[in-house]
Amino acid sequence: MEWYAIDTWIVIVGMLAAISCALLGNFLVLRKMSMMGDAISHAVLPGLAIAFLVTGARASLTMFIGAAVVGVLTAVFTQWVSRFGKVDEGASMGIVFTTLFALGLLLIVQAADHVDLDAGCVLYGAIELTPLDVVWRPEFFGTVLDVPRAAIVLLIVCVVNALFVVLFFKELRISSFDAELATTMGFNANIMHYLLMTLVAVTTVAAFEAVGSIIVIAMLIVPAATAHLLTDRLGTMVILSVFIAVFTAALGHVAALCLPGWLGFDPSIIETTSTSGVMAVVAGLVFVAVLFFAPRYGIVTKRLRRLEDVSDLAVSREEADA
Amino acid sequence: MFELADIFDVLFLRNYNTRLVVICTMLLGCACGLMGGFLLLRKRSLMGDTLSHATLPGVCLAFIIAVMLGGVGKSLPILMLGATITGVLGCAAVLYIRNHSRIKDDAAMGIVLSVFFGAGVALLTMATKMPAGAAAGLESFIYGKTASMVLTDFWLLTVVTVCVLGLSTLLFKEFRLLCFDEAYAAAQGWPVRRLDVLLLGFVTAVTVAGLQAVGLILIIAFLITPAAAARFWTDQLDRMLLLSALIGGLSGWLGASVSALIPNMPAGALIVLVAAGCFLLSMLFGLERGVVIRGYRQLELKRSVGRQHLLRALYEILEANAVSAEGIQIRAVPFRQVRGRRTWSDAQLRRYLKSAYNEGLIEVIDREDQISLTSAGLEAAAQVTRNHRLWEMYLIEYADVATSRVDRDADAVEHVLGEKMVAILESKLQSYRPVESSAVPVSPHPIHPGD
Repeated sequence: MEWYAIDTWIVIVGMLAAISCALLGNFLVLRKMSMMGDAISHAVLPGLAIAFLVTGARASLTMFIGAAVVGVLTAVFTQWVSRFGKVDEGASMGIVFTTLFALGLLLIVQAADHVDLDAGCVLYGAIELTPLDVVWRPEFFGTVLDVPRAAIVLLIVCVVNALFVVLFFKELRISSFDAELATTMGFNANIMHYLLMTLVAVTTVAAFEAVGSIIVIAMLIVPAATAHLLTDRLGTMVILSVFIAVFTAALGHVAALCLPGWLGFDPSIIETTSTSGVMAVVAGLVFVAVLFFAPRYGIVTKRLRRLEDVSDLAVSREEADA
Repeated sequence: MFELADIFDVLFLRNYNTRLVVICTMLLGCACGLMGGFLLLRKRSLMGDTLSHATLPGVCLAFIIAVMLGGVGKSLPILMLGATITGVLGCAAVLYIRNHSRIKDDAAMGIVLSVFFGAGVALLTMATKMPAGAAAGLESFIYGKTASMVLTDFWLLTVVTVCVLGLSTLLFKEFRLLCFDEAYAAAQGWPVRRLDVLLLGFVTAVTVAGLQAVGLILIIAFLITPAAAARFWTDQLDRMLLLSALIGGLSGWLGASVSALIPNMPAGALIVLVAAGCFLLSMLFGLERGVVIRGYRQLELKRSVGRQHLLRALYEILEANAVSAEGIQIRAVPFRQVRGRRTWSDAQLRRYLKSAYNEGLIEVIDREDQISLTSAGLEAAAQVTRNHRLWEMYLIEYADVATSRVDRDADAVEHVLGEKMVAILESKLQSYRPVESSAVPVSPHPIHPGD
């Protein structure tokens, strides 16, 4: 394994994406809307296609706006279908995003002759390529830094999300746990819902353009769910999820560099594998570890505690008998 | 643009190639529709999503292992075996996380989906770089290759569909119990866990068989949309499942046919869009739970409630001046007095008056604001008031509701009770205390007629 400046940038971009997603993910997990990230990341396809067909160019900004708009629409349609049709929330999400995805696929195929819009690129992302798109070269103490575009975009998203979570923490907390209470306290839980969904859509689009939707889906859910197993306090949960996200992103890239070697492939042919994929796997491994060994809610710890309780009971009974 | 003959050729399966594709997608639609019905009722619709993503690592792993052992990587049975194994593992992981931790269903599905798919992408990246190469075809598992299905696909789908259809018919009673009342099924001694796993196993079989036909993303729609559409038409499970399978088959048939007819139209996407169209139509016009029919029912209920309120208000105003129940005289009542009886707006009251007038229950005397019951109206009003009083009495005597709250509670409930229920209550009350059947009992609480 060899480490270049490029690898540092990959890790930084991955971390920024992971933090942006993990921050919002806490509230999705608590609201039982975890699948929203998955739904939005599939559903934005027609947004990208329409933006392309209208402008005729792969201009980043219009495609970004098109995708973000469709992302928000996904949330809106999902709520409509589940409210007006009285359909289960999960089912309505599934119907909306598959329909939008199919529409997008149709549009892309229609325009396929002159489009290099690759649906595969949308799904896997190309975090490995992000450092090549350098937009800013500041000089610090004689060393030139090649700041890639993705890092700047994701940094902005990350800051916006962090500000949102910090500034609206009270509102988010109340509307996540008790929407009716939120309404009686004078702020509209529905507005919080759509604000959150807008940010999820923007984050999803910004992140998958840079790093692929796998990281987005994984980082929206897994760090938050892991943190949920470790604590009962929302503040702690948010902070923990950010730490887990950072840790996963760093370890994910290292593992991606090492994995082919571990699996016995010839490193000269297969040097590395998909960083996004491995990041998701590392996040999963962290989750599994916590699932079993979390101090209070871990499956193994719970079982051990029960055994201890039983033996304590036996001891105290013996003492009582004696 | 198209010859009519071409259209008929495709729709009625005259061409060998399209015949194969269309029959395959129809079969798949039926099987997915059926399994989707069970998933929908278990509120597990997105399980198909998780499952189909979870098959990717299996496909890639099977490919890599097969190539490493010197075999042919892309042999269908091996890839499908891999897909089935990781698919089942994914389902098991979701159930395990859900049952053994505080993580809810949705997050458990999301975690399994993203982690398995991530692993799949990592493996796929390596597989495509392998020297044996030619892994490009693996991608067809994600986007499907409907148009190029061959005879083996057809037999595979047929076998899977027939097995799933047959077995779920045999286990229909058990699955129904599982869907509607899991706890009851467990208490009755059914092996709930095993049935749950079996059901998910069927879903896995259908998903894996359909994966390469319509692709990873679009099979999700096949598992959700037809079932959700069928739900709008009926409340009965067997009919819903049948309808769901029909809608699935119809979407497959139409989508695949149109795709065969028009170049550059991917079948998978078209099938999903046809299914979505069915869903939209069902959501609007479904006869049991559609938006239109529910709106209409609500309107009807509102109107009948308004009618009853109006008649009772008029009756109680007349009653206040009468000496006895028999001595109630019909006389004109000013609009304002009726208006004062309840918290209804002028416009509402006018609407109710108009429909009562059309039914011949009231007359409007010379000027607009004098209202008088007709004799038919008086009869109906006595009936309505009588029901209300009986219900109030029942609430006081047998449901222990404080007198001050009775009127409102009675209001809230009585409109919802069917005539049958009122008759039952009546006969019950009569067996306790003899009430002359046609007479209106005295109100159990003081009434303040309009001011």
